[in-house]
Amino acid sequence: MFRSSIGRKALMAVTGFGLLGYVIVHMIGNLQVYQGPDALNAYAKMLKGMATLLWGARLTLLVLFAAHVYLGVALYRENRAARPIGYVRFQYEQASVATRTMLLSGLVILAFVIFHLLHFTFAAVQPEYAEWKDPAGRPDVYAMVVHGFRNPVITTSYVVAQLFLGLHLYHAVPSMFQSVGLKHPRYNPLIRTLGVVIPLVIVAGNVSMPLSILFGIVGTSVGG
Amino acid sequence: MRVTLHVWRQKNARSEGKLVTYQVPQVDPDMSFLEMLDVLNEELVGKGEEPIAFDYDCREGICGTCSLVINGRPHGPEGGAATCQVYMRNFHDGDEIYIEPWRARAFPLIKDLVVDRSAFDRVIQAGGFVSVNTGGTPDGNTLPIAKTTQEKAMDAAACIGCGACVAACPNASAMLFVAAKVSHLGLLPQGQPERARRARKMVAQMDAEGFGNCSNYFECEAACPKEISVEFIAWMNRDYLKARLTEPDTVTPGMGAKVGPSPVAGHDATAKKHPVA
Amino acid sequence: MELDAKVPGGPLETKWERYRSDVKLVSPGNKRKYKVLIVGTGLAGAAAAATLAELGYGVEVFTFHDSPRRAHSIAAQGGINAAKNYQNDGDSVWRLFYDTLKGGDFRSREANVYRLAEVSLNIIDQCVAQGVPFAREYGGLLANRSFGGAQVSRTFYCRGQTGQQLLLGAYQALSRQVGEGRIALHTYAEMLDLIVDDRKAQGIVVRDLRTGAIRSYTGDAVILATGGYSNVFYLSTNAAGCNVTATFRAYKRGAAFANPCYTQIHPTCIPVRGDYQKKLTLMSESLRNDGRVWVPKESADRRPPDQVPDPDRDYYLERMYPSYGNLAPRDIASRAAKKVCDEGRGVGEGGRGVYLDFQDAMARAGEAVIREKYGNLFDMYHEITGEDPYRVPMRIYPAPHYTMGGLWVDYNLMSNLPGLFVLGEANFSDHGANRLGASALMQGLADGYFIISYTIGSYLATKKAGRLAADAAACRQTEQEVKQRISRILSIKGKRTATSIHHELGKLLWDRCGMARNEQGLKKALQGIPALREEFWHNVSVPGDGDDLNQALEYAGRVADYLEFAELLCLDALTRNESCGGHFREEHQTLEGEARRDDEQYSFVSAWEYAGPDKSPALNKEPLRFQRVHPSERSYK
Repeated sequence: MFRSSIGRKALMAVTGFGLLGYVIVHMIGNLQVYQGPDALNAYAKMLKGMATLLWGARLTLLVLFAAHVYLGVALYRENRAARPIGYVRFQYEQASVATRTMLLSGLVILAFVIFHLLHFTFAAVQPEYAEWKDPAGRPDVYAMVVHGFRNPVITTSYVVAQLFLGLHLYHAVPSMFQSVGLKHPRYNPLIRTLGVVIPLVIVAGNVSMPLSILFGIVGTSVGG
Repeated sequence: MRVTLHVWRQKNARSEGKLVTYQVPQVDPDMSFLEMLDVLNEELVGKGEEPIAFDYDCREGICGTCSLVINGRPHGPEGGAATCQVYMRNFHDGDEIYIEPWRARAFPLIKDLVVDRSAFDRVIQAGGFVSVNTGGTPDGNTLPIAKTTQEKAMDAAACIGCGACVAACPNASAMLFVAAKVSHLGLLPQGQPERARRARKMVAQMDAEGFGNCSNYFECEAACPKEISVEFIAWMNRDYLKARLTEPDTVTPGMGAKVGPSPVAGHDATAKKHPVA
Repeated sequence: MELDAKVPGGPLETKWERYRSDVKLVSPGNKRKYKVLIVGTGLAGAAAAATLAELGYGVEVFTFHDSPRRAHSIAAQGGINAAKNYQNDGDSVWRLFYDTLKGGDFRSREANVYRLAEVSLNIIDQCVAQGVPFAREYGGLLANRSFGGAQVSRTFYCRGQTGQQLLLGAYQALSRQVGEGRIALHTYAEMLDLIVDDRKAQGIVVRDLRTGAIRSYTGDAVILATGGYSNVFYLSTNAAGCNVTATFRAYKRGAAFANPCYTQIHPTCIPVRGDYQKKLTLMSESLRNDGRVWVPKESADRRPPDQVPDPDRDYYLERMYPSYGNLAPRDIASRAAKKVCDEGRGVGEGGRGVYLDFQDAMARAGEAVIREKYGNLFDMYHEITGEDPYRVPMRIYPAPHYTMGGLWVDYNLMSNLPGLFVLGEANFSDHGANRLGASALMQGLADGYFIISYTIGSYLATKKAGRLAADAAACRQTEQEVKQRISRILSIKGKRTATSIHHELGKLLWDRCGMARNEQGLKKALQGIPALREEFWHNVSVPGDGDDLNQALEYAGRVADYLEFAELLCLDALTRNESCGGHFREEHQTLEGEARRDDEQYSFVSAWEYAGPDKSPALNKEPLRFQRVHPSERSYK
């Protein structure tokens, strides 16, 4: 089944759906930054405490992510091969910028995810993060985040990456429904609405955090 | 009015092609685009030069033969029309017009602007039918069909098999063509007995022909002279996935078509069957 | 030449049933030993190919198109007749039979027409089973509409694309057999000659349009389903590719050509514009259900249509034919349009057009209803003319459309050449001197699905299976002649394009042998055609070579055949010194200008036999005997 064109598109949609779910959960968790250091650090500690679940989730995510990226690149290559000689002139009629840049936005997101993991999870960008503890002895994620986003270069890169994520989702959300055939005239307007609302909410939520830290709205308790 | 044409000329599949520029000095806005090319060809033939080869037949938008990419749009600027229904009143004096053939690996070029679309035929041969023999069918009125169902099936059945969907798709995907037939027959009660099998065979053949995948660009819909909706692609996706997930994987002998254009000479009636997924 | 129609004995109503009971059968095990070659993949060809392959015969199919689905049947708009009487309005097989026979002005073979009406019932059932999306009522049952020349509603339709849907049904049935390996399909394969050996049709010579390769194919029987020859007029509603070559080549190999002068001029086409047009576009006759045809009463009236008040309009069809009104048959409606234009009352460019007006229908039923019924036709008109028919009345004028004449066939649909069968528009048998709307689709499918499957057995059962070797002398000889002809065309290298010569021929025919004909004009045409032919063979320019796709060469070959065939057409028109159906001889009309038949002298089929180059063809007559009906004056008043 997953050698067929439609099967692979469905797989693309399903893995994408899983990743979207993660992005939403991830964002909701992170929004606790607005509740202050205690809430965020407790949340981080709780996650670390559920090792099996955490690693299970991490593994699932890795598989979903790898499959999604692999399929994206493989389909792209096949699609290029389906038209060996291109047009001298070609004019798009209705494909949006988002649709036409899925591979680009996908690769930007891939690069960002690697950077993000290195930055916070593996603390490879700023190695001192690994040592930071809060007064309760928990890893001080809050301070780490605030410190990180006070750097305008890092914040800018996060914001740009989120805009690409939004672009990616603007095509991806309605596309998922199309690729698995979950369309119906009655619900198509809802799908179109979701296609706008979901990317907007995700971009707004994710961008608000680094920006509010950069502009000193959040994280004032953390020292210079 | 006067237009300048940049036309893809290529002697045959083996030779190199290039854009050649022609001037057409006297164009009547009421001319159709193809009539404008006829006028140019008349002039070329009169000079003993080879005319531009391009496909056309009915010239009323139903046979699906005509196939030009005009200024980067399959079937030209009008939308909802085949190339033969494009009129010069859509262009302006002094326009530069680029004319290229359908471009897809599955549609090999034969000459100039003429391509071989027999891949579409093989997709239909693989399963785009209802398996009834002549005779012995029940009275047409024994099977009531809701008007809305019939209308929707007709929307899909309106496909003229021109290949503009493939030409317009950045992936050269044939999904809209295949979906139109899968939906036309799958929506009707007559098509139910073979519904799952049909979707599977036709998609397998489509894949084997070397068309690209669907990335939901929906350029096909915009180029379709019959304005067939991409909703039918969603319909086929569901139908196909359902067939794959619920039907046993049996290869039915006797269905499936050969891959590759059939040579006119020496066709073997017992040609090797294409293995179906 | 002996013309035996082989009509079975017994009462008209049971002839076909008895025939089917008596016809010799080929046993299932033997069927695959016979090979049938089918040329053309329109309704008749595709239906025949699918049906014969389903029965087990070896079938090879040839089309010059890139795909079987491109055949011109696809362009038929309006519908298909069948005597189902679903509307309970008094229809019956008899009534359909009688309407068709009368519509053809009693110049068709009674038994064939009756059989056609009979099998019309099965066609609808077959097509529904294939998934043809015929229009339905809200209750889910099949819908009908009325068509010209009938007072009942018996026409089944799929929007304005009935031909397309029926052809796709047949194409899909054909494709299924191709996929199963029972049919060998040859696309880009143009038949250029018929191989006759031992006075039997044994094969065809085909040119591969992509490579120029000339090859023979041989079989136990050859079926031509190659359509009509309206393109001899240059401007017609036919697709560019439609041509007379296959049937004309068969004629030159000994098959009789019947009634070539019976050509149908369709009343509702978009008028000619400019001199660059290559084809005319038909607007479905179904439009006459709701559209009213009119011209101004006064020839000097040049007001735009919306400023001509009702009393100043002449709804001439309603006036002249009150009982059929705007639904008068095609030949009659066309001639009436010509008449009012000749009187100087025509509208539009050159005064060659009449209005087809929907204002009353829209006022009565609402624009939405009209849009639902005819939306695609209105759009098509709008695209072509740039005028919006919802606001401004359509302008229409007659144009060559269908040809009732064709190769002569007997009741088995076999020509006088044993082994050569001819189906659909390519034969002559069912429509006499005029065809009613929605009957061409009926005939094509009847021939292909339900008649040839029986009648071909009557020939094959008497013949031992086995065919000529592809390198037999007859094949070699015919191939050689085809090749010589192609090289000759390529070697002329003159100054004129084939198009310009064809255009001139078409104009000559349209003026002299179009909607109205007379002795003097036909004689002029017969003088002019050989001169044009001479011009072609000395001065045509066909660039390129014969070794790859060469559209100019394909076309020139077809024009060369038109230049011979046109002469036959005019000769037939001259010989038939009466008016009937689409053949209107000005010398023979009633005081009111209607066609006047001469049953005493002309109740026969003219079957022309080729006599050799530069010799006048021989006329053979098949007398028309009417068992059940008495030819009457055809009145639609």
